[in-house]
Amino acid sequence: MKLRFQLNGAPTEVDVDPMRRSLDVLREDLTLTGSKEGCGEGECGACTVLIDGAPVNSCLVPVAQLGGHDVQTIEGLAQLGPDGEQLLDDVQRALVTHGGTQCGICTPGIALCASAALKREPAADRGRLRELLAGNLCRCTGYQLIIDALVTAAAERGRAAHEPSAPGGGADGSSAHDSTVRDPNAPPSGDRA
Amino acid sequence: MTDWIRPANLAEALSARAAHGDYMLLAGGTDLMVGASERAAPAGVIDLFGLDELCALGRDDDGRLRLGAGLTYERLLADPLVRAELPALHDASREVGALQIQARGTLGGNLGTCSPVGDTLPVLLALDAEIELRGPSGTRRLPVDAFCLGYRETALADDELIVAVRFPADIGRRSQVWRKVGTRRAQSISKVMLAASTARADDGALRNVRVGLGAIAAQPLRARETEAVLEGRVPDDALADIAAQTVQTDIAPIDDVRSRADYRRAITGRLVRRWVLQLADAQR
Repeated sequence: MKLRFQLNGAPTEVDVDPMRRSLDVLREDLTLTGSKEGCGEGECGACTVLIDGAPVNSCLVPVAQLGGHDVQTIEGLAQLGPDGEQLLDDVQRALVTHGGTQCGICTPGIALCASAALKREPAADRGRLRELLAGNLCRCTGYQLIIDALVTAAAERGRAAHEPSAPGGGADGSSAHDSTVRDPNAPPSGDRA
Repeated sequence: MTDWIRPANLAEALSARAAHGDYMLLAGGTDLMVGASERAAPAGVIDLFGLDELCALGRDDDGRLRLGAGLTYERLLADPLVRAELPALHDASREVGALQIQARGTLGGNLGTCSPVGDTLPVLLALDAEIELRGPSGTRRLPVDAFCLGYRETALADDELIVAVRFPADIGRRSQVWRKVGTRRAQSISKVMLAASTARADDGALRNVRVGLGAIAAQPLRARETEAVLEGRVPDDALADIAAQTVQTDIAPIDDVRSRADYRRAITGRLVRRWVLQLADAQR
């Protein structure tokens, strides 16, 4: 089946079995190996790509459903500068600055999902950022630095005006171990069961 | 290779369905694509994702709310009408996976799969929803429990499509609740789900009580005995205890990888008890 879609801003055509996973076509046919396979079941978000700006699990999207759409992978998140150098997206820069990564497998999905989420909800606070990123699992469990980086990226966009300021907190105005927010990675608390 | 049909409108989708009753109906793929590469490819697929006529949302002439079967959780979450009139569905949509799943998963897909842990099914049961099906011989509407027949088994005929879900005109005035219990707050498959709704008479008595439960039997079900003990009564502590006892005989939970039957039974009782206590508090 012949398919046409926009891939990282460029018109792309492939001739493929329509039921193949978008993830496999991106990695194997189009050699964009930044999207990773973690679980293959839509739980971990390592395969996140953006379709028309929305984060999706590319392991669950049959490639036929890319036809006619605008697809962005991690390879398309950084822009090219005047001398051909890569200019990282501000979410990517913040992840680098904060060391918001360990083994790196979840990082492409996190950068894409966070970048899309901040576009949609520029005023997202720390608690909301955790919820928005709930579909991206980090098996190294380095969530704290990742969320720190995203809070910084939001602030740098001038979009964190609603962050509460707490004495002794970090640059983003919240403490390093803010226990008052709804943490999607925490076990259910007593009030829910 | 799989024959891929992408209908341009509902009429085309219905003719494709009538001609190819064995083809897989696919929306966002969040259920059907899990493990798909390890199974034999389907002979054909009818791709319904994003079909305009399945993504409408509004009120029918008879006052009932209508949600197109193709609406994603993302669309449901963003809609002010859903938030105002169907808060239980809004809350459930927020807990289906995370952004990635919410962008693709649809109401119709959840119904078509009819999994015991389908998140919206207890909500649709509790909100008196009817499922609208369309085929060559016309339209028929079924209550949810006449549609979900068993474990991943529905009443959908092989020439029909799930078109929409409709809710009673007064649903927004009924008190609604949604509770999901899993291993963690985000991204977990449910151990127990409770959705419930009730109207209130002037004296505080409960009217049209509906209790929908998920992950506690082979298919989502209504707790009819529990509804009966609550109907017409004014909620108080004693009634909460009776309802919590009754619901444990309404359900048939099993031991599986996610939980144990006795845990599911105990938690279901607690969820019901808390809901009735909330209703009691609301009138004090």
